[in-house]
Amino acid sequence: MPEKRYGMVEATSSAKGRPDPGSPWVGQSIARVEDATLLTGRGRFMDDIGVHPGTLHAAFLRSPHAHADIVSIDVSQAMSSRGVVAVLHGEDIKALTSSLVVGVKAPVECWPMAVGRARYVGEPVAIAVAADRYRAEDAVDLIDVRYNVRPAVVDPRAAVKPEAPVLHDGFGGNVASDRSFRYGDPESAFASAPHRISIDVSYPRNSCTPIETYGVVADYNPGDDAYDVLANFQGPFSIHAVLSRALRVPGNRLRLRTPPDSGGSFGVKQGVFPYIVLIAAAAKATGRPVKWIEDRLEHLTASVSATNRAVSLVAAVAEDGRILALDWDQIEDCGAHLRAPEPATLYRMHGNLTGAYDIRHLKIRNRVVVTNKTPTGLNRGFGGPQVYFALERLVQRIAVELNLDPLDVITRNLVLADAFPYKTASGALLDSGNYQEALRRGAQEGGLAELKARRQAARAEGRLYGIGYTAVVEPSVSNMGYITTVLTPAERRKAGPKNGAQATATIAIDPVGSVSVHVASVPQGQGHRTVLSQVVADVFGLKPSDIRVNTEIDTAKDAWSIASGNYASRFAPAVAGTAKLAAERIAGRLRRVAASQLNTETDDIAFVDGHVGSKRNPDNRISFSRIAALSHWSPAALPDGVGHTIRETVFWTPPELTAPDEDDQINSSLCHGFIFDFCGVEVDRTTLQTRIDRYVTMHDCGTILHPAMVDGQVRGGFAQALGAALYEEYAYAEDGSFLTGTLADYLLPTVAEVPTPIILHMETPSPFTPLGSKGVGEGNCMSTPVCIANAVADAIGAKDVVLPLVPAKLAEIVRGAEPAPPARRTSSTQAKRGGDRKLRGEGEAVVKANAQQVWDMLLDPNTLAAVIPGCHGVEKISGTHFRADVTLGIGPVKGRYRAEVKLSDLDPPKAVTLTGSAEGGLGFGNGEGRITLGPTPDGGTTIHYTYEAGIGGKVASIGGRLLDGATRVIIGQFFVSLARQAGGGEPASGGLSWFARLRRWFGGAP
Amino acid sequence: MSRLPADQHHAVRLMLNGKPCSGDAEPRMLLTDFLRHEIGATGTHVGCEHGVCGACTVEIDGKLARACLTLAVQVDGCAVRTVEGLAPAPDRLGLLQAAFKRNHALQCGFCTAGILMSLDHFLREVPKPSEQEVRDLLTGHLCRCTGYTPILRAAMEAAAELAGEPAKEKSDA
Ligand code: FES
Ligand code: FES
Repeated sequence: MPEKRYGMVEATSSAKGRPDPGSPWVGQSIARVEDATLLTGRGRFMDDIGVHPGTLHAAFLRSPHAHADIVSIDVSQAMSSRGVVAVLHGEDIKALTSSLVVGVKAPVECWPMAVGRARYVGEPVAIAVAADRYRAEDAVDLIDVRYNVRPAVVDPRAAVKPEAPVLHDGFGGNVASDRSFRYGDPESAFASAPHRISIDVSYPRNSCTPIETYGVVADYNPGDDAYDVLANFQGPFSIHAVLSRALRVPGNRLRLRTPPDSGGSFGVKQGVFPYIVLIAAAAKATGRPVKWIEDRLEHLTASVSATNRAVSLVAAVAEDGRILALDWDQIEDCGAHLRAPEPATLYRMHGNLTGAYDIRHLKIRNRVVVTNKTPTGLNRGFGGPQVYFALERLVQRIAVELNLDPLDVITRNLVLADAFPYKTASGALLDSGNYQEALRRGAQEGGLAELKARRQAARAEGRLYGIGYTAVVEPSVSNMGYITTVLTPAERRKAGPKNGAQATATIAIDPVGSVSVHVASVPQGQGHRTVLSQVVADVFGLKPSDIRVNTEIDTAKDAWSIASGNYASRFAPAVAGTAKLAAERIAGRLRRVAASQLNTETDDIAFVDGHVGSKRNPDNRISFSRIAALSHWSPAALPDGVGHTIRETVFWTPPELTAPDEDDQINSSLCHGFIFDFCGVEVDRTTLQTRIDRYVTMHDCGTILHPAMVDGQVRGGFAQALGAALYEEYAYAEDGSFLTGTLADYLLPTVAEVPTPIILHMETPSPFTPLGSKGVGEGNCMSTPVCIANAVADAIGAKDVVLPLVPAKLAEIVRGAEPAPPARRTSSTQAKRGGDRKLRGEGEAVVKANAQQVWDMLLDPNTLAAVIPGCHGVEKISGTHFRADVTLGIGPVKGRYRAEVKLSDLDPPKAVTLTGSAEGGLGFGNGEGRITLGPTPDGGTTIHYTYEAGIGGKVASIGGRLLDGATRVIIGQFFVSLARQAGGGEPASGGLSWFARLRRWFGGAP
Repeated sequence: MSRLPADQHHAVRLMLNGKPCSGDAEPRMLLTDFLRHEIGATGTHVGCEHGVCGACTVEIDGKLARACLTLAVQVDGCAVRTVEGLAPAPDRLGLLQAAFKRNHALQCGFCTAGILMSLDHFLREVPKPSEQEVRDLLTGHLCRCTGYTPILRAAMEAAAELAGEPAKEKSDA
């Protein structure tokens, strides 16, 4: 049977011109105005923009430890390094700035650089400022920091326990906020419901990480006491207030600008703001402009991440699968600091905790915790993936437990089509939609029946095939007040109301009558300039190519407000609509000007094909530019009361977005799109790899302004969500070491992994937005991970599945935990226990020297200097305490370490315990080994050793895959050298020749 | 291979997109930094500096290379092609570039230069590639915006055009 080519279904996607003249530009997939520049390498991204002569470059020293007191920082060597102008550490930053605002009311400080204590791996500890980036990085290597390591906590459920290590003294334990909410009568609903079905899930850490990293250039002018900052920040510009406060200047003395182009953000570039403070402070300290471009390791380790969340969700369920009440218990992990706007990820969805369903009774407990991980911030989907993973897994679970079809359970619970605008139990006003119709059309046009047949056929062959579903409400245009739901009504009364979603647009007409548009939307590749040119062209009867659009922002000159920026999918619903309103205002006045010039009435005037003319008599017309320019050349010729037609700025905020009320109801977002997804997946029985057989995604995002861009948003979001479902995780070891610091460890899907989804649309315009459109960019990040998870759960018949659905995790579910590898007799046996990165092993070497000789060697600094791999010299602190300076390399990554070796449990000349630790720019290691010496029949000695070692810091982040081998090699080298020094024969264990082979690679020699 | 003193600058002379150009580099300076900050050819982008993302892909003496894994001094005497050299004229797009524009194969455009370089090279070597071959080539590039489908489509369209089939639709700009 020929397979249907589902990949070809989308017909909306390629660039087309206008089908017939006179039809509106909005709704057409016109070619993007952005592309010619970008395709020829003429884009102006952050790092492409020239800087003032004499600009310095910054590099950061970052904490290798997840949790450690900073005992001392010695910058003297770094300062004397060539080209270095300044090295600043936490105390310096503290002297130059004020603490960042913390997201909840608590006596806790939040510095952008570790002050006294580091709380996550990658936290900035010092910044070196030098003539160029290379010199700055040289200097970073020479900063000498001594740490006192503290126990770390990385799991949010562990963080709330009383025995957990505490990060900040001002919070209750690690709980920064604990609020409970109650809507309707959940207790009665639970008491009377026939079923109580629950799910416990942990949503992992991941990030939509863009390909362009952060960048900041900052300058400080002491004469004005003012900062000028260029950064690829994306908003929200409420952060501007946080920045100016941290930099101790009024807002009008912090000029924040963005470059013309941005290499993707997906929320992530909101997180550049702490670095704006640091680079600005460095500029002030050095009296010179300072530039910093983040590298990929820094970005993955320490830029920002989505929150991970532990959720227990319980539903009271009727026999037929109807959900009568929900009980949410969410523990939100915001990492080491609660940076603004967190805990927004948790509250963004507060009005939407019932998803697409009509559920009237709701109980919520929201806890926000801090852990020893990178602080969190904006990320595409923002709270949606976390909520829907729990909610939609639960819906699938309900179907399984009650033996119902999952689609029936979804259908029975959906908000009814005639119920809009529908107010959810927790206060969101769902603006419009027809969810039943979306399901019907999605199932039909996406070929659900055929997919079910495929499942049946696959299962008949014994293959693991499953189907997953999700129904998701996609909120967009955030209410700036939703975050205050974290406060109690009393606290809110004290703080004053916060709400709204100000959007702004400016239309300007120059003296030759050409039209410019400016918005504060800060796009990162979505094509805002193209869409705005369409919207404005339609109002003025012009062509999109006649309109010039500027989307850069300069807070010193442009119209902006706290909601400005690119997030919460606010462009199409809010910003584009505001541009339309601004254009219409000017058009209204131009109409009066034209009416007086053409001797007709205002309502007879139309804007057509570059002209303004009479509708009744199309020959009576003047060119648009002539009418438009009149305000410049001859203001006196304008009719009375028109004022001018030169420039119009509109601020628009929807009245529906009010502050949370006394009952904690909050309309957290203005628009609510709807997505119905389903997919068929096959899990390979042998490799347990998940293959997407077909993915169907049905969207209702209101009026579509540019079909190809909408599809682009859907596809891009889908690809990122697929990554979150199957590959991506910011992985941490139990000690808080960060394990995924390269793109070879943090796996973004490539073209080989991303199937082409079938994208379907319907359009139910929003009554609340000027153009009827709703946001669309984030939906698949909410719907897709759980849809795939549901399908995989269906395929393997699992009750619980964990993201990302990597084969190793599926193997545990399908086959049970992996048995320990069979122990080998000799060296290099490595047994990793439950997730820690400790490495254990043992080995043996035989030498000609007798036990006493070997013993003496072990206690002699000169011998140690000769046998410790890469040793530059050993200093004897006491008879049993040595300090060594060593250079160790893993592949090309070489670093200098300071090592301390202590001997204990001495049993001369038979046994000794060596405890060592090494610390350097690339990370740290520590270990303990027991050495026992035994006689051989021919007068020699057998050196037997066992060890346990652990490694963390940068090397763990970039070389996790190589580390275990490298550690063993280095330990082995020590004994090989010792044996050689002791006139050794060949070592007894077979593993050691392997060391020799690899020595060149892992070589420690200086 | 000659050894270059680490603490000195060395003159690097090359042909960049067919024109001679030169600059100074320390031996450790990456080709990405050299092209972007010494020469001012900022069209080549940096996404990872460890060879995975492909954003920095350029052509050196007719072979594709990651500029982030190449030292500037290594291209002394070489011919280097970058995205700035793809368009036939400043106000025109090349065939591949036009196919990208038509198919919305870019959003932020940050990954695009590297992808264009790889495809440009590949389509010269393999005139009538299968979709699978193009896919294989593109696995060397990460794009975070587009979900790849439009890139694949643009590449196939460009390949068809290069093979003499007429373009499906002309871009209106
Ligand atoms: S920057 Fe060269 S491959 Fe990523
Ligand atoms: S277009 Fe943005 S990364 Fe590819």
